[in-house]
Amino acid sequence: MRRALAIAAKDVRERIRDRSAIVVGIIAPLGLAAIFSFVFNPIQSFSFSATYAVVNQDGGPASTVFVDQVLGAMEASGAVDVVATGSVDEARRLVEEGADPFGSGEGVDGAFVFPAGFSDLVQSAQPAGFEVIINDGNGAGANVAVAMARSYASQLDSVRLAVATAEHLGDTTDRLEAGARAAAMPQPVDLVDVPAAVKQLGDTTFYAAGLAIFFLFFTVQFGVNGLLEERNNGTLSRLLVAPITRPTILVGKMLTAFLLGMVSMILLAIATTLMFGAEWGNPIGVLILIVAGVVSAMGIMAVVAGFARTAEQAGTFAGIIGVVLGFLGGTFFPIAQAGGLLATLRFLTPHAWFMQGLGDLAGGNLADIVPSVVALLLFGLVTGSVAMVRFRKGLQP
Amino acid sequence: MTYVLECHDLHKAFGDLVAVDGIGFHIAEGETYGLLGPNGAGKTTTISMVTGLLERDAGEVTLDGEPLTSSTTEVRRGIGLVPQELALYPDLTATENLTFFARLYGMPRPLARRRIAEVLEVTGLADRAGDRVEKYSGGMKRRLNIGIGLLHTPRLLLLDEPTVGVDPQSRNAILESVERLSGEGMAVLYTTHYMEEAERLCDRVGIIDHGRLEAEGTRHELVQMVGQRDRVRLTASGPLETVSTTLATLPGVRQAGVRDGGIDLIVDDASALLAGILATVAEGGVTVSGVDIDEPDLESVFLHVTGRALRD
Repeated sequence: MRRALAIAAKDVRERIRDRSAIVVGIIAPLGLAAIFSFVFNPIQSFSFSATYAVVNQDGGPASTVFVDQVLGAMEASGAVDVVATGSVDEARRLVEEGADPFGSGEGVDGAFVFPAGFSDLVQSAQPAGFEVIINDGNGAGANVAVAMARSYASQLDSVRLAVATAEHLGDTTDRLEAGARAAAMPQPVDLVDVPAAVKQLGDTTFYAAGLAIFFLFFTVQFGVNGLLEERNNGTLSRLLVAPITRPTILVGKMLTAFLLGMVSMILLAIATTLMFGAEWGNPIGVLILIVAGVVSAMGIMAVVAGFARTAEQAGTFAGIIGVVLGFLGGTFFPIAQAGGLLATLRFLTPHAWFMQGLGDLAGGNLADIVPSVVALLLFGLVTGSVAMVRFRKGLQP
Repeated sequence: MTYVLECHDLHKAFGDLVAVDGIGFHIAEGETYGLLGPNGAGKTTTISMVTGLLERDAGEVTLDGEPLTSSTTEVRRGIGLVPQELALYPDLTATENLTFFARLYGMPRPLARRRIAEVLEVTGLADRAGDRVEKYSGGMKRRLNIGIGLLHTPRLLLLDEPTVGVDPQSRNAILESVERLSGEGMAVLYTTHYMEEAERLCDRVGIIDHGRLEAEGTRHELVQMVGQRDRVRLTASGPLETVSTTLATLPGVRQAGVRDGGIDLIVDDASALLAGILATVAEGGVTVSGVDIDEPDLESVFLHVTGRALRD
């Protein structure tokens, strides 16, 4: 083992001396993470805005609550502009034409139409309805209008049901009072929206981790290509004649790859946390994922080196494979959100499992990363075994 | 007698090409054995089989009586290899290169420090020990290449054409190093296709061609083997005929005759007989103004044995 360590120490010294590992393993991913973080963060601060028309022919409490409290609150936050219109036809025209009533550059995304007597029908537990006029081409604003209307209608249904039930049971309370009491009751099922940042990685963390795992595959290459470089230097013959076993040479090279990979990943995790505010998660979980990620990268890149004839050829192969796996694995953009076949295929890459593991760690606990860790280690074990067979064959006298 | 290195009946073929065909030789302590042959003769293949870098198809190699195979790691400690191509880490300094190999050979730290200093001194690199090897001249790299092979004081040093592509000054330094090492008791296997190097360095020479050891022995034995003699010409004045007749009776002198103001002799071994010849001439009253010796060289032996010139 001491001699394997001597080989690894020599290799690391060479890599530090020629600066290649520092550039590929630390500077490049850190620089790109900084650029991505600065470029994409303004886009993420984009906020929703829409313009809605309202036709309130009812004027009763059920429609007034929606207009004043629901739309009013959104208007107060600046997310929504509300324009009151006198007729359904006018509202429809505004929506269809995408008119810009405030000259803000935004057309009307939808219109809410409350017919006369709407509130009375609700309070008397009679069938009632209001209209939402949208133009399919208006996108998010139109969709939000429909969602708001459905949500409000659902709440009104609860009130109507409560009033009807009370009447059926012989409650003599005034309908208005009963309706008010029903509306004030808490909902039986309360959906708690978990903030997205807790379930998945934040943007800065995503790019920091994505670029780290992407460049990891190039960093470990400096170790696994070691045998090819020894051959290139002519020093392989000296190693083979020395009083050490051939497996010792292989262990030394793998140690080099492991050390470079670990140092690169740990430094990047620390640096992106301190410099860009990335949140990698529980340090123990992150460390476990990094170890598993390094093992998987070593295995895959060792196979590449095992089938290459020269270090240059291995570098070319590794470049192609690293980029393809990196993109497919979603290290540059969250490919899972693309859905379909790509979202499934990404799990053929260690990159996706690593990102998945970090996401699971962010929204859960250590046990949640087990599937990702197992998958990463399996990648390393299977590909590493193939590589070892190739390497040992290459070292045979 | 146990030799440092013994090779018996080595065979190696690459497909249909027979690279080494039944080669066998031995090297004693303090002896320099040369494998002389043209490029492609099988010299490097032989060295590769001796070191275990190549699997032998057949044959046996022992180091101090211990069988040498690719799996006998400890026995390999006795071998120092100087490959034909430079085998160095260019991004490391000479000291770092040597330190790495010292660790690889498991040398204790104090011994390693001492040996590294000695090797740097012997190779003339002490002043540049802290410089990266990539900044060295070709000759300096060659010297370090040899130094690494010597670092662990091996019983057997294998030098595979160490002077190829080397400037005359560095070449001479390398040859002097080999002579010194042999004098210190190291067994040396030296492959070359330079006849002059083999003649200068080697106690015994094996002439190798097409993977076969065609002839083996000291230079004198090889010359004897092919029936050639040394020629000595004395440019002289005085009673030449009388002295010539006397010289012809000396042991080892095959022929003597007067020609063009001098005496021409054909002898077995000029270097061994020259002192006696000059003494006889002086006793006969002849004044010698010049001596020319023409010894048959290994080139002519190679030509005789293989039917072609060494550099064909």
